[in-house]
Amino acid sequence: MRNRSLRMTKNAAVHFFLLVFGIFFLSPFLWILSTSLKPDDELFLWPPKWIPSTLMWSNFPDAISYFPFFTYLGNTMTITALATIGILFSCPLVAYSLARIPWRGSKPLFGVTLIVMMLPYQVTMIPIFIVFKHLGWVGTNVPLWLPAFFGAPFYIFLLRQFFMGLPKELEDAGRIDGASELRIYGQIMLPLCKPGLLTVALFQIIGSWTDYQGPLIYLSDEAQYTLMLGLSSFKTQHGAEWQLMMATSAMITLPIIVLYFVVQKAFIRGITFSGIK
Amino acid sequence: MAASENAGTTLKVLPEKKPKSSSYKKKMTLYGVLFALPWILGILLFSAYPLLMSIYYSFTSYSILDSGQWVGLGNYKELMGDSTFRISIYNTLYYTFISVPLNIAVGVGLALLLNTKIRGQGVYRTLFFIPSLVPAVATTIIWLWLLNPQFGLVNYWLEQIGISGPPWLGDERWSKPSLILMSLWGVGQAIIIYLAGLQDIPQDYYDAADVDGANTMRKLRHITLPLMTPVIFFNLIMGVIGTMQNFVLPYTLTNGTGSPADSLMFYVMYLYQNAFLYLKMGYASAMAWILFLIVLVLTILIFVTQKRWVHYQGKE
Repeated sequence: MRNRSLRMTKNAAVHFFLLVFGIFFLSPFLWILSTSLKPDDELFLWPPKWIPSTLMWSNFPDAISYFPFFTYLGNTMTITALATIGILFSCPLVAYSLARIPWRGSKPLFGVTLIVMMLPYQVTMIPIFIVFKHLGWVGTNVPLWLPAFFGAPFYIFLLRQFFMGLPKELEDAGRIDGASELRIYGQIMLPLCKPGLLTVALFQIIGSWTDYQGPLIYLSDEAQYTLMLGLSSFKTQHGAEWQLMMATSAMITLPIIVLYFVVQKAFIRGITFSGIK
Repeated sequence: MAASENAGTTLKVLPEKKPKSSSYKKKMTLYGVLFALPWILGILLFSAYPLLMSIYYSFTSYSILDSGQWVGLGNYKELMGDSTFRISIYNTLYYTFISVPLNIAVGVGLALLLNTKIRGQGVYRTLFFIPSLVPAVATTIIWLWLLNPQFGLVNYWLEQIGISGPPWLGDERWSKPSLILMSLWGVGQAIIIYLAGLQDIPQDYYDAADVDGANTMRKLRHITLPLMTPVIFFNLIMGVIGTMQNFVLPYTLTNGTGSPADSLMFYVMYLYQNAFLYLKMGYASAMAWILFLIVLVLTILIFVTQKRWVHYQGKE
């Protein structure tokens, strides 16, 4: 009897703490939602008003018409798609070579991959910029997706782990049957690695979608801007119109959250995989 | 016809039996290199070459407009006397030393609470995770509004419990704590990692402790926390590397100015300013190398202390 009431108090305490922190995590979202639907004369009310007297759905189309939303959306989607294709082309190939092909260079190359992973972005940023400048690609979106076709260390590391986990008999059987390495890779190994590919694609999509520093450095013409650059210049130009900024922020965040709910499992797996193994 | 062909191939294969292993090896090496080729090129083009050039540039007065001159250690010497540079180091270390431990404490704490078998665990987990998906630029805008000294929600709540709220991002003493608060909002990814770590701890340990009559606190101190140290270690290293490169949040918050009074001028922001605003790319390259060294030293320090506090399962 005593035990039971003790457990109930404990549970109540846990719920209490989780709820307090939960409010801290949730209320900014509710506040975005509330503000994005407010008429502008209710923005600066004191005490703040949670539920607008009239729901101003027109804030959303207004926000879109305030800046070239669809141009930015198109630019962002182009970069995201090309970078994701690049990553899905290069990283599994390399990971397969490191994990499954018995050749002498695989271990040293993996070591170098780990070192590259630790290299800060800032160290290579300037020389790479200078190279792209000489190639005439500064001011275009090429620098934002081309490197993806040459692999990225973290994804190679992640996919290598996936390939290592597949049974060895698979490619042995293929090799005895005389299948070429490319066929073993494309028809046997790659399909088995789908969860890994999904995880990597997801990370890259979010990475490209939310990237700020890359576009900031390489894009100067407003017609080339991504959504993130657009949102940040929106902030500089219309800084006082909170209802429109909140509407825009909500629209830019929404696709990622929808993506999360669609492929929740891949998300969690990707994050735990990168942190534990 | 078919038989003789077959005989021919058998005959051909047999004498090759011995060198087969070496030709197999050659073939595998060829495939290995071929498959890894994009990345080998990638390392050369986007890591090795830039790394070497970056060292070279750091000893020159290179800017994009002219190829500059060899200045030896000139950039490094100039940095030593650059007051903004010193402020940016101070701000960055301040941010790292406070936000990383705080993030770990809150992350582990929430993961422990989530790991108790309670109702609605999935809902809570999603609730804590979602903010870490919000793009940094949007995070900035949301918190600028929440932390608005006059009309923000945070100060309204503080007022409700009788505290007159600080000016947050408008005051140089409060701007960095504001940023740390914002970073705490994105702790969700780490919580997921801690939770996975907690679920990796074998139940046997707790069962044995129950037999010995250990209470919750003792189990936490002597089983859970020691076995969580490898995950905490990983997050500590990633956290230090990440916060030392802190850029997007303070940059978008202040439109790149680092105001008020340079209190939000972070290392990488100043590096960015030098490289792409003042076009002092040699100077910025020197900064990049100093940053690399600082991060390297911090990482090595953490690794050295590892033996004292990180416990790996199955290793004594």
